[in-house]
Amino acid sequence: MKLSGGDMLLRALREEGVKFIFGYPGGAALHIYDAIFRQKKIEHILVRHEQGATHAADGYARATGKPGVVFVTSGPGATNAITGLATAFMDSIPLVVISGQVASHLIGTDSFQETDMMGVSRPIVKHSYLVQKTEDIPAIISEAFHVATTGRPGPVVIDIPKDITAPENKFEYKKPVKVNLRSYQPKIHPHPGQIKKAAKAILSSERPVIYAGGGAIISNASKQLKALNKILNIPVTNTLMGLGSYPAKDKHFMGMLGMHGTYQANMAMHKADLILAIGARFDDRITNTPSKFAPDARIIHIDVDPASISKIINADIPIVGQVKESLDALIKEIKRSKIKIDSEAIGKWNKQITEWTQLHGLDHEMYLKKSKSKMIKPQEVVQQIYQATKGDAYVTSDVGQHQMFAAQYYHFNKPRRWINSGGLGTMGFGLPAAMGVKLAFPKKEVVCITGEGSIQMCIQELSTCLQYGLPVKIININNQALGMVRQWQDMQYSGRYAASTYEESLPDFVKLAEAYGHKGFKVTQRNKLGPTLEKVFRMKDKLVFVDVYVDQSEHVYPMLVAPNGSMEDMWLSKGKKA
Amino acid sequence: MKRVLAMLVENKPGALARVVGLFHQRGYNIESLNVAPVDDGSYSRLTVSTRGTESAVEQIMKQINKLIDIIKVADLTEGEHHELELALIKLGKIKDLKSIKKKIKPLNGKVIKNDSSSCVLSVTGTSIDINNLIKSLKRNKIIETVRSGSIGLHESNKTLTI
Ligand SMILES: Cc1ncc(C[n+]2csc(CCOP(=O)(O)OP(=O)(O)O)c2C)c(N)n1
Ligand SMILES: [Mg+2]
Repeated sequence: MKLSGGDMLLRALREEGVKFIFGYPGGAALHIYDAIFRQKKIEHILVRHEQGATHAADGYARATGKPGVVFVTSGPGATNAITGLATAFMDSIPLVVISGQVASHLIGTDSFQETDMMGVSRPIVKHSYLVQKTEDIPAIISEAFHVATTGRPGPVVIDIPKDITAPENKFEYKKPVKVNLRSYQPKIHPHPGQIKKAAKAILSSERPVIYAGGGAIISNASKQLKALNKILNIPVTNTLMGLGSYPAKDKHFMGMLGMHGTYQANMAMHKADLILAIGARFDDRITNTPSKFAPDARIIHIDVDPASISKIINADIPIVGQVKESLDALIKEIKRSKIKIDSEAIGKWNKQITEWTQLHGLDHEMYLKKSKSKMIKPQEVVQQIYQATKGDAYVTSDVGQHQMFAAQYYHFNKPRRWINSGGLGTMGFGLPAAMGVKLAFPKKEVVCITGEGSIQMCIQELSTCLQYGLPVKIININNQALGMVRQWQDMQYSGRYAASTYEESLPDFVKLAEAYGHKGFKVTQRNKLGPTLEKVFRMKDKLVFVDVYVDQSEHVYPMLVAPNGSMEDMWLSKGKKA
Repeated sequence: MKRVLAMLVENKPGALARVVGLFHQRGYNIESLNVAPVDDGSYSRLTVSTRGTESAVEQIMKQINKLIDIIKVADLTEGEHHELELALIKLGKIKDLKSIKKKIKPLNGKVIKNDSSSCVLSVTGTSIDINNLIKSLKRNKIIETVRSGSIGLHESNKTLTI
């Protein structure tokens, strides 16, 4: 049977197993939208802004591990998708973003709503395609999904001129054969020689640390990570992106590391004699000053992307391969090895970590029980959410202090539960991402921990939530300020709060939620927080917006001292360094 | 240190822009760039001259390799290689053709055209040879120069092919 380009596109997406498309129509995409109307298998979610579509697809992808799909029109539709593309690119999230383009004969003429999407998106996509022939659609879609999801995943753009999807031009649909690109053959299995070297180095170390990042989650390697440490019994830390890849409740877990990492995690990295980096990329928010990073450590670096290895910190033993396959091989090699790890040294090292934890570790009681403060502390909000959701929710977040508090105080025991924009730090990510997660897992609790600054960047999606019945819970940690900006202004600009407050202009979020057809609560008193949250999480089929007023003066600690600090240089509280 | 990188790139729309864009994005300079389809025409061979430390060049090569349309990349300067550049030089009216011919002879030079108003030369050689030649022609009036940028390939037994 012959199909139009639009119908081919929908059929090809169906063959890729796509269930949802997040999008927004417009002139150049109308043939495609008409094709959506002609089918029933894929549900289209109409967002209220294309940024929301990209973040929703991204949240869906992070929670499920499957690629998120987005439709936008040309020009402003395409440019509105750029922030979401950059967000997904930085965190290696598979997206397929399909943009309508002006008709082929108009390209290059500055025609109405023409933007060079291929050019504009080039530095923030893994790859992109301009469709030049309708018959190519099935092959391009299958190649795009292959590229987006394999190796180091990432977003892919497919730009389709309007004439390509015209209903009157029909062609035979040729089912594509298996994708095989001579120019793209991502490595899966690690080099056995490198695995041998790594095993030997680990087993001869005395102060080893496992430093696992987002790659461990993307590669679905949590089981391997746990199995590895069942043998080794060494301290583990996760990056912001890696939280949940190793269970927070495990006794070897030190918490997050880096800029706002725990004292013990940062100290352990600095004093380690061996760092096993797994799917992590030595981001500047981790290493602090690279020349002062972990002076005594040998570095083993496992990553699927060779370009991530020795980019910032030189790796002594580089291992290129999928995290999962590499850990499988490493576990096997360690089991086979005749060298045994020095359990006495490891015992001493673990004791040292415990001492650090006792000395300056995050106090998980302080806010919840001991605090005499009348004002609600932001940390306590996260702790109360943790209790009310029994630690089993999907938590999305935005960017700022609330995000760091969520990362520190919500203990993630499972992968893909913590959904945040780590690399780009995109305010506005949380709510649309929560929509994507809720669509994927309608029965699961989905919480968006946000700030009054961030939530206003994509607040329009409250309307989408009503249309599709997405009862996510939004907890707005309202410090009446761009808190993270304010914290830096406190610490580095003598408290000159340039453009970080709103001067009484904040909306009434309860009324706002109600105006969008949802439920809203405002909490200002400490003793009301717990009971309100208990009530809110019992309201299963309602979107509830909880506006929690918190102490504005609170800072996020620990915090690495910058510039020129090492990982052991930390602020532990206001004015107090380690 | 100067590096000469050779790449095989799929002949697809936008592929060259991806390579050039990458250099800019990652903060590297392109000193010269040469590109043309080779073999069956399904891919092109690029030669890029750049400057950088060993680790910087290693990083840029890894990033280039990551581009989906890149089939292969190699640093020719890592070992023995042949490197050549073509230049066309237009001079103003010359008095002493003989001495010009002598100067360009080692560079396989040819006088393509010579009349009462100008003289056009073609030369091939390494970039350094051509730099030196241009310096030595200073006393003549150089009206216009065009250079192809270096092209290069490995010494005999090493190759960069599909
Ligand atoms: C789109 C975007 N613009 C600006 C920033 C810079 N920025 C980082 S945190 C922050 C403040 C966020 O305020 P809020 O959402 O209220 O969170 P808080 O820090 O107060 O918890 C800003 C402006 C950003 N990360 N993203
Ligand atoms: Mg705030």
